[in-house]
Amino acid sequence: MLLLTLILLPAATGAVAWLSPSARWRPRLLLGIAAIHVAGTASLWWTQDRSAPEGWLGVDALGLVVLTVVSLVFLAVSLYSLRFLEHAKVQGARVFISCLLAFLSAATLVALAHHFALVWIGMEATTLALAPLVFFRRDRRSLEAVWKYLVLSSVGIALALFGTFFLAAAQVEGRPLILGDLVRNAASLRPGLLRAAFVFLLVGYGTKMGLAPLHSWKPDTYGEAPSPVAALMAGALTSCAFLGLARTVEVMAAAHQAAFIRPPLFALGIASLVLSAGFMIGQTDLKRLLAYSSVEHMGILAIALGIGGAGAYGAALHLLNNGLIKGSIFLAVGNVVLLSGTSEASATRGVLRRAPLTGILLIAGLFAVTGSPPFGLFVSEFTILGAAFHAGLTWLAIVMLLLLAIVFVGMARLILGVVYGTPEAGAGPVAEPFPLVAGPLVLGGLVLILGLYIPPVLQDTLARAAGALGGGTP
Amino acid sequence: MQPSHDVLLLLVVLTNFWVLGTTRLSSMIRAAAMQGLLLAALPIALYPHASLHIVGLAIGTLLVKAIVLPHFLTRAIREAAVRREIEPLIGFTASLILGAAAVALAFAIAPRLELPGTPSGMLIPVALSTVIIGLLVLTTRNKALTQVVGYLILENGIYVFGLSQAERVPFLVEVGVLLDVFAGVFIMGIVVFHINREFDSLDSARLTELRD
Amino acid sequence: MTFTPVLGLLAVLLLAPALPGIANRVKSALTGRRGAPMLQLYADLGKSWRKGVVYSPTTTILFRLGPVVLVCTALLAAGLVPLDGTTSPIRFTGDLVAFAGLLALGRFMLVLAALDTGSSFEGMGASREVTFAVFAEPALFLCFTVFVVATGDLRLQDMLGQPLAHTWLATAPSLLLGAASLFIVSLAETNRVPIDDPLTHLELTMVHEVMVLDHSGPDLALILYASALKMALFGSLVVRVFVAGAMVSAPMALGLLLIGLVVYAMAVGVVESVMARLRMNHVPQLLVAASATAGFGLILLLR
Repeated sequence: MLLLTLILLPAATGAVAWLSPSARWRPRLLLGIAAIHVAGTASLWWTQDRSAPEGWLGVDALGLVVLTVVSLVFLAVSLYSLRFLEHAKVQGARVFISCLLAFLSAATLVALAHHFALVWIGMEATTLALAPLVFFRRDRRSLEAVWKYLVLSSVGIALALFGTFFLAAAQVEGRPLILGDLVRNAASLRPGLLRAAFVFLLVGYGTKMGLAPLHSWKPDTYGEAPSPVAALMAGALTSCAFLGLARTVEVMAAAHQAAFIRPPLFALGIASLVLSAGFMIGQTDLKRLLAYSSVEHMGILAIALGIGGAGAYGAALHLLNNGLIKGSIFLAVGNVVLLSGTSEASATRGVLRRAPLTGILLIAGLFAVTGSPPFGLFVSEFTILGAAFHAGLTWLAIVMLLLLAIVFVGMARLILGVVYGTPEAGAGPVAEPFPLVAGPLVLGGLVLILGLYIPPVLQDTLARAAGALGGGTP
Repeated sequence: MQPSHDVLLLLVVLTNFWVLGTTRLSSMIRAAAMQGLLLAALPIALYPHASLHIVGLAIGTLLVKAIVLPHFLTRAIREAAVRREIEPLIGFTASLILGAAAVALAFAIAPRLELPGTPSGMLIPVALSTVIIGLLVLTTRNKALTQVVGYLILENGIYVFGLSQAERVPFLVEVGVLLDVFAGVFIMGIVVFHINREFDSLDSARLTELRD
Repeated sequence: MTFTPVLGLLAVLLLAPALPGIANRVKSALTGRRGAPMLQLYADLGKSWRKGVVYSPTTTILFRLGPVVLVCTALLAAGLVPLDGTTSPIRFTGDLVAFAGLLALGRFMLVLAALDTGSSFEGMGASREVTFAVFAEPALFLCFTVFVVATGDLRLQDMLGQPLAHTWLATAPSLLLGAASLFIVSLAETNRVPIDDPLTHLELTMVHEVMVLDHSGPDLALILYASALKMALFGSLVVRVFVAGAMVSAPMALGLLLIGLVVYAMAVGVVESVMARLRMNHVPQLLVAASATAGFGLILLLR
């Protein structure tokens, strides 16, 4: 019952927000729903109902982690939107709020679905819900961005559906496409069709995740979408897409196909790391830089899935950390954009002096995103690298370390250039109202805490998630 | 006489060739509408013990693929005042030959896929070839609207494949699929309209401002 | 009944000039005109035959040979087709290749004759005609292959005769696809809309007409007759595919064929009035589409 509420309430509210004529309380409605959603998610943690997947909807460990990321990032984004919409001077923002709520509904569906077709429907719905949001500014560049986004995402989603059908065809016993039945009867799945299903699902959901070479829509889309939308996409959407892939890996692991899925996962993961590192070096735009960072982290996640073992635990932890920190840093960059009117890094200097909190958020975000201690991403990346060494994949670990170093250099150059230095003449300190900094600070703070201490209930959940993915704890 | 579903699938392949070979956008949309009509009749031809599931699916497909979407796309080209597709990346003749090769390939590999007993031996090859041809149109054509038609054909191919599993994957899902296709094309059509307004053309090769 | 093959051949040879007349009459009727009489071509043939002939001093023996070879090959090719549904006057294994080859030879000689005049107009028409033929030949052979695979025989007499009747029901979709493709090829071989407009006389748009611009008198009569005969032959092929399903005696089949030829001519007339001529660089597209259709019919048979 709670699950259905979590899915349907945002959708219903979105419809109400679309239809209602009043503009004033729409943003507050958004915030209210976000808060209710967080409360619902928290209660799911409380009830400790982490049973094995049964039926069409349910809460399992990995789904709960994704739901938490979605919920928290959405709360931060809705708080941010209170001020953002004023700054952007948009009348009523009806499309903005309704589409955001539709997205929340769809993302919740993805997180809670244990039927592969429902996962697919949710992913398709997220694609459609975000399209109008990407097109927010309605100019040439955002038109180009939304077109590329739509075409590539739609083709990816179509191929994912194709893979879903292959999965249904591969099944011999049990209810079709139910995750629990698939895992339980994994030994009887037809291997040829299962592998074909995996390939199509990898390509399909990989496109939505933004794995190279299927990532070409990401820089354009993240660059042109408004910052809160980009934060949501980088934090929540990628996690949902990863969940689609992870569910497939669960089935593959149960069917003893772990050896088959390694090469494609490694190939896409390494390609993502290489491409993102390469394109980050000469980057001039802050949001595009962060888009490539998103590609990089999706690559790390794919590699972690391929490694298996303790890598699966690292993947789950990294999912959580990455989602939260992406939300934080994109909103911080959003503040920079509000400050100087553009996301071109050359247009802004000395943010630390003009908006101290934003500056701190940027520096902290830089270190967090590149995997430096004491932030949570260090722990998760360390776990993954350790798993790689343990599995005898030393070359993989070394390649990853090298590329992560290059990424650090590329990002640091740009962000530190924006944060430090003296501001231009006439550019004085800027107010940093609560809605614009509270969300990012909380998200960043959570990532910092996760780097120092992981509560037992979270450890337990992550371990269960890893177990489902065919791995174990480090 | 051949079973009716085989005739329908045959006609689906012919509409694919029609889309590959024509230069007129309105002709392409008409072909897609015809394909939608054939696909609407297909579930009933395949599973004649018309349960509510099958009849609902047929009606839903008819409404979405054969009536609403083509009507919407026709309005889009009327707004854009575009009539013809220009020579695509690989040429019309080469497209037709590749399409025929795709059909041959699909018929050749379909028996090897050892898919569980489907009602017709032609379902899987036609589905595969339609998917390949949809991807072909999507990737090699210049006008944004043709790419949308290519996407429609891709989805039609996946739909035909899904029909072979229709007995097992229940109703809710098929409704979801149809709804998502509808919304996807709808939104793409709106974007096409905007592309025309903003760039004064539907040539997606012009969309090159964003790059690294 | 051993005289039906010869009777059928004679009937088609006599009735061939009526077919373009029927097509033109239907086209005129559909476009709201009265049009020329149906038997006009007979009168034109008689008129041209009685006239004197003019030869340009730049031409050689090739120019005089062209129309003669054209008619002879067309006559020989007519002997290969089983017009009464059972036997053809001439038959041997692989005669389908001979059929295509004879018609190609005729066209080749006509092209040589056109090039022989040394005029750029004829040369232009010749190059266009040959370009279209390049695309039409594969389509023709693919159609024949469909019939070969359907009946398992390599003689036109069997491909379009009794063996086809036995397998007609089972292979109907492929046969119909082959027939559709054959119809388009026939439009290309007989130079009708949408490949070429037989009525146009603008130099830049003519294809076949401009090739024969310099011929006069009996030569012109031979060429006109050969054109009509080709239309009758391709029409017979198309009609045989449809009619073969009915297992009837030879005279009945012959009668059906003649009626079918009239229907075919009317269909050509309808197509001519409904469509406009295609732009020249779209004609290969149409012919490749015909090939693809026949190829698809073949795939259906092979699976």
